[in-house]
Amino acid sequence: MAKVSFREALNQAMAEEMERDDRVFLMGEEVGHYQGAYKVSQGLLARFGEKRVVDTPIVEGGFVGVGIGAAMVGLRPIIELMTWNFSLVAADQIINNAAKIRQMSGGQFTLPVVFRGPGGSAHQLASQHSQSTEAFWTHVPGLKVVMPSTPKDAKGLLKSAVRDENPIVFIEGEVLYGDQGEIPDGEYTIPLGVGDVKRVGRDVTIIGWSKMAKVALEAAARLEADGIDAEVVDPRTLRPLDEELIVGSVRKTGRCVILEEGWPYNGVGAEVAYRVARACFDDLDAPVERVTGADLPMPYNAGLEHRCIPTPDTAIEAVRRVLYLE
Amino acid sequence: MAQILDMPRLSDTMKEGVLRKWHKKEGDALAPGDVIAEVETDKATMDFESFDEGVLLKRLIGDGDAVPVGAPVAIIGAAGEDIEGILEQAKGRAGGVGSSGGAKAAATKPAATKPAAVPATPPKPEAAPTAPPQAASAAPAPPPARVTRTPVAASAPAPVAGSGKTLASPLARRLAADLGIDLRGLRGSGPGGRIVERDVKAASGGGDAPAEGAAPAEESESPDESAPRARSSAASASPPPPAALVPDRRSEPRPSSAAPPQTDDVRKPLSLMRKTIARRMLEAKTTIPHFYLEAEVDMDAAMAFRDQVSEVHGAKLSVNDLCIKAAALALRRVPAANASLEDDAIVQHARVDVGMAVAIDDGLLTPVIRGADGKTLGQIAAEAHDFAARARDRKLRPEDMTGSTFTVSNLGMFGITAFSAIINPPEAAILAVGNVRKVPIVKDRAITIGQRMFLTLSCDHRVVDGAIGAKLLSAIVAILERPMTLAF
Repeated sequence: MAKVSFREALNQAMAEEMERDDRVFLMGEEVGHYQGAYKVSQGLLARFGEKRVVDTPIVEGGFVGVGIGAAMVGLRPIIELMTWNFSLVAADQIINNAAKIRQMSGGQFTLPVVFRGPGGSAHQLASQHSQSTEAFWTHVPGLKVVMPSTPKDAKGLLKSAVRDENPIVFIEGEVLYGDQGEIPDGEYTIPLGVGDVKRVGRDVTIIGWSKMAKVALEAAARLEADGIDAEVVDPRTLRPLDEELIVGSVRKTGRCVILEEGWPYNGVGAEVAYRVARACFDDLDAPVERVTGADLPMPYNAGLEHRCIPTPDTAIEAVRRVLYLE
Repeated sequence: MAQILDMPRLSDTMKEGVLRKWHKKEGDALAPGDVIAEVETDKATMDFESFDEGVLLKRLIGDGDAVPVGAPVAIIGAAGEDIEGILEQAKGRAGGVGSSGGAKAAATKPAATKPAAVPATPPKPEAAPTAPPQAASAAPAPPPARVTRTPVAASAPAPVAGSGKTLASPLARRLAADLGIDLRGLRGSGPGGRIVERDVKAASGGGDAPAEGAAPAEESESPDESAPRARSSAASASPPPPAALVPDRRSEPRPSSAAPPQTDDVRKPLSLMRKTIARRMLEAKTTIPHFYLEAEVDMDAAMAFRDQVSEVHGAKLSVNDLCIKAAALALRRVPAANASLEDDAIVQHARVDVGMAVAIDDGLLTPVIRGADGKTLGQIAAEAHDFAARARDRKLRPEDMTGSTFTVSNLGMFGITAFSAIINPPEAAILAVGNVRKVPIVKDRAITIGQRMFLTLSCDHRVVDGAIGAKLLSAIVAILERPMTLAF
């Protein structure tokens, strides 16, 4: 086991896949000579050359479309978005082309393309650069949406994403890039659509992905001091969702708290809560609780921003509510 | 300008009103004093009168609907006026009426906040979701049964919503079904009294049961069982702990699930009056430390006096009239008993207003004879007669029934010798009058026939001590035995 950062893990995944399959290439803004806006593609240009590590103009609608076209004709592109906030100008390409062409062509085309980049809030990036876009993408049939929370998951899931025949939305928590974590030695992949129990517990299930899995673990650690044994479930892939894992956990604990950095209305957590309520109705001792980002554009002010994002404190409050400890 | 008419507070204990009958149709003109509708309060059916001139634009509730005090009932205004906006407003308020009405009531009467969780009706028999199949208990090798009697941690009744539904989380329901526990016997610790997992576990004696929770009988034999749990598990053999006992449904047939009921029980929703009686009597009997004094009155002179008055004046005097007047005069002499406890003070009332309990079909009303100590027996008899008639017709007004400082309750006409009455709050005492009996007595060293009557005085010990109560009761007896003083 080696300890690497989240960004190094992603870098390894891309390098290994490019090594393994020469149809794989990386394209995006500043991915080559600048080594990536977040240094995720560090060293790849030198190693694989300009043909496979392609710097693009600032035109998401263009290079996302080029990526889709490349996938249709047999390549396996990794398209880096400098952040998922910028994907919105390419939403037409992702939703109307990437997600639909396989079905519209009657299966004549497959779309093995990965769109990846950082998402979620970071620090004082204000309303237009702090968005959690997973709810947009999980809404669309035809897309798979992956949101790892650890370096190990990031590497294993990105490798699976590159090998998948469908368009993948791969969202990396912007504040996770520096996180260190152990990864297995040698080749490994983690299948898409399979979640992971990050902490085993029996009193309450806390569901969180990406950055929120960390918040859940921190909350669980603090709850332990109060004698509350929380189970933390990280679905890792939001679409397809590992419903079996989630349901199994909630059946065991009888209580469910869902953390989500995005907005509450029609959030991913709303879908998860519905599935839990449906599958675990007779197991629930309390209504499913959601802790979400505030229902407003992110304020720039640091104090206000902090109030808009789920924290271990707000997660603990929700856990205490479902345990009737308030 | 259109305005919303709210359910008025027609008596100071009224929390909701039933609109018995509309007298005005939509579009009818209204003048001040016009009767818009009849409203049944907890005490009487009252006329709901218009204070304004205008037109009844919209009825918001129908005949027979019950709504809280302060809830919108109608919209009045000028003919043809647009009421779109105000209708929305009224609907919005009606939607939240449970809270806003409650809050309003709470503002005027602190006690009003409590009954939110009080069941409007007793819980309905559940459709037996908790009953394991009968076969389970008859099977040759039944699973090691839990206890046959399960002491419950708390004895409060299962909370129910207005619909009579037992509030419980789905998990609690499933668990209770698995354990054969009747949810209706449990007290919920969740929001709004919701029964949650821990309540069921506590009742079963397992899991995170509080100390009073009973352990299953088998478990109590394990060496590590704590002493208190072992003790309470023996509840069936020794006097039960101060906790409700819930029979284990596995060991007895559940009428609701299997056999159809053998007789048809009649289920009558509580009338507003019955609800009020229930609430007030429960409050009185559970919060007032009652004590009781009993005395026998020689009624020979009083009965002779009554006959003389009837003969001369043609007036019909009842024993009850005599008792009311006697009690009023006695209260004037013992003012400490003519009092109420109010928070941290005892208020001694300047007036002696005596309530008289009148039985009617579905309950009991207590009209008040004001300043009874200053009224003649003739006035008291006439008022009492009028009150009794109007009570039976449910035509008493709230102001006829409020503010008494003492109550006289008489069951003599039903052949009752003596009884103990529950104090009518906020009064400090109530007099229970038995019948006048012809009994053998010793008079002038000979046995002869005399007339005797028992009086029982119930006193609130927070206000009236034994000596004060005794003084009052002795004074009543003394007056009744010297009936000329009733004319004083």
